[in-house]
Amino acid sequence: MTHALADDRNGLASPVRGPVLEVQNLSVEYVLENKVVRAVDDVSFEVAPGEFLGIVGESGCGKSTLLFAIAQLLTPPAGVSGGTVTFKGENLVGLTEKELAAVRWRDMSVVMQSAMNALNPVTTIAAQFRDAMRAHGVTSKPEIERRSAEALRMVGIDPAHLKSYPHQLSGGMRQRAMIAMAMLFTPDLVIMDEPTSALDVVAQRSLMIQIKELQQELGFAIIFVTHDMSLVRHFSDRLMVMYAGQIAELGATRQVFDTPRHPYSSGLLDAFPSIRGPKVQLLGIPGRPPDLARPPEGCRFAPRCPRVQDRCLQAPVPLFGIDDVLVRCLRARDEVSAHD
Amino acid sequence: MTEPEPLLRTDGMSKHFRIGGGLARQTLHAVDDVSLEIGAHEIVALAGESGSGKSTIARLLARIYEPTSGEIYFSGRPLSRVKSRADQLAYRSDVPMVFQDPFSSINPVFRISHGVLRSLKLHRPELSRDERTAEAIRIFEIVGLSPAGEILNRYPHELSGGQRQRVGFAQALAMRPKLILADEPVSMLDVSIRIGLLNLMAQLRDEQGVSILYITHDIASARYVADRLIVMYAGQIAEQGAVEDVLASPRHPYTQLLLSAVPDPKAELTIGADTDRGEPPKVINPTPGCRFRFRCPVAIAACATETPKLLQLSPGHDAACHVAQSGAEVKAF
Repeated sequence: MTHALADDRNGLASPVRGPVLEVQNLSVEYVLENKVVRAVDDVSFEVAPGEFLGIVGESGCGKSTLLFAIAQLLTPPAGVSGGTVTFKGENLVGLTEKELAAVRWRDMSVVMQSAMNALNPVTTIAAQFRDAMRAHGVTSKPEIERRSAEALRMVGIDPAHLKSYPHQLSGGMRQRAMIAMAMLFTPDLVIMDEPTSALDVVAQRSLMIQIKELQQELGFAIIFVTHDMSLVRHFSDRLMVMYAGQIAELGATRQVFDTPRHPYSSGLLDAFPSIRGPKVQLLGIPGRPPDLARPPEGCRFAPRCPRVQDRCLQAPVPLFGIDDVLVRCLRARDEVSAHD
Repeated sequence: MTEPEPLLRTDGMSKHFRIGGGLARQTLHAVDDVSLEIGAHEIVALAGESGSGKSTIARLLARIYEPTSGEIYFSGRPLSRVKSRADQLAYRSDVPMVFQDPFSSINPVFRISHGVLRSLKLHRPELSRDERTAEAIRIFEIVGLSPAGEILNRYPHELSGGQRQRVGFAQALAMRPKLILADEPVSMLDVSIRIGLLNLMAQLRDEQGVSILYITHDIASARYVADRLIVMYAGQIAEQGAVEDVLASPRHPYTQLLLSAVPDPKAELTIGADTDRGEPPKVINPTPGCRFRFRCPVAIAACATETPKLLQLSPGHDAACHVAQSGAEVKAF
């Protein structure tokens, strides 16, 4: 089945060569009265066209700040303090709002956490879709109607609901309507910040499948942020584990799940009880993430790490490339070289 | 009755809300005809999607709502007869509640000690001022908040979410409860912290002898910590039994759906062509019939006309499903 919006893509969208998004040495700082908090610290990664990148980490690890920085949605006291965000060949850092407006929503769209409350409660779905399209230059009435209906149909909502107000839809439907809105211009990149966290498991799974199907059909890339690692296991191509503002581990999802190399990654994986197999006692990860105004001098995970050594406390640990996976852990690096 | 009276028992408990006014008046059946038991020293998990009535049950048991019909018995005594202030106070200290959001359930302008000392003063008037402080310290150590003396002097914003939720359990524990009603106590916490809280709940059961009603939508955590599992659907009990029994051989199609949707990183993803995309109904002015039948792939004629009763299918394992009760093997999802 091909959708009308999928056809648009062939005609309108410019072909993307190389990565659709390239983030280089990106740092974000919150400048407060008496301290500077570096919430994102020297993060570099790429997203290929049509790729699904999962980003996991606990609250305060910088994952949402990173998304805001990519979409250039940071507001003071937060700001990019270094690095570049290159989207389709153009560095977004430093662009004016007007220049960004041309990119946002058309080529890159964002579905935020609790997006189901982001819909305007006093206007219909149709009116909100119309506003978004008019703001980006689509003014023909039949065209607006066609795209709106098509976008809703894609996420499995009857276009009759265009006439509905948000409160007449269930939570899951509102969330899907938000995703439909993000699809109006068949973007190259869709950024999603915990889009399913307010939903139940059954609705959550159906939404994940829907997102994956849309992606396969329309070919956009996804950055999907979640605190629930198991959620992205079956959907993401690559997985980035963030800890205290830095990349702790980045690699193919399968590889990170099968052989987690960073102790934080394995800690996160072991924190989930399973509904299958023998029942085992779990411990989680004791302690809490560091205060980013005063991060630990050495490895930032050291205070909570079950495998910590003296040298971990000495100096910041860089990212090491091990078998196509980036890992910020001295012991993980040594274990590999010991095998060689 | 030959069986010993359970700690808490509900008998045909229902809670209906009237919504709309005038001609548009309707009745929302949030909880319908629920009969459940919670024994001594056990953790019972109450699971279901949002809107399935699980939080309403917690509020009924906490006496925030009065049941529309049916009765709740605590240690054999009907709650409708618990009327005097002294009796109500005693019940509230026997059955305290721990809330979902540790960021809004503690008063931010007082030190952590405030809530615990106040509930000690209210519920255990025999303690002197010094004894209350000593007791607060003892309880904080039990729930893993140490050094207790120091944490008691902090303000809520100085604690992490996990620590705050432990404060919630400490406040409940201060009342020397028999049953703690825990409404999604870990769902707002970070993954790495959750397990610690679940372990704490098991420890409270094993070492302090309290029972816990653990309300959750996370079946895996229910399995981890609970002895028995009650699965709710649309205000009614769909299935209940020992947690391992229910997970090993779920008999109700809804339980099967719920289990199939749990993300399991250790298993391969299975998506059938008929993967369910439905949503639980709002139960407004219901007619007889099974409430799951609209999403159920194995529904039979009787499901549309007759509400299935919750019947025992094997010892200690009940399901409300016509198909399962007919003896057929249900394999819906």
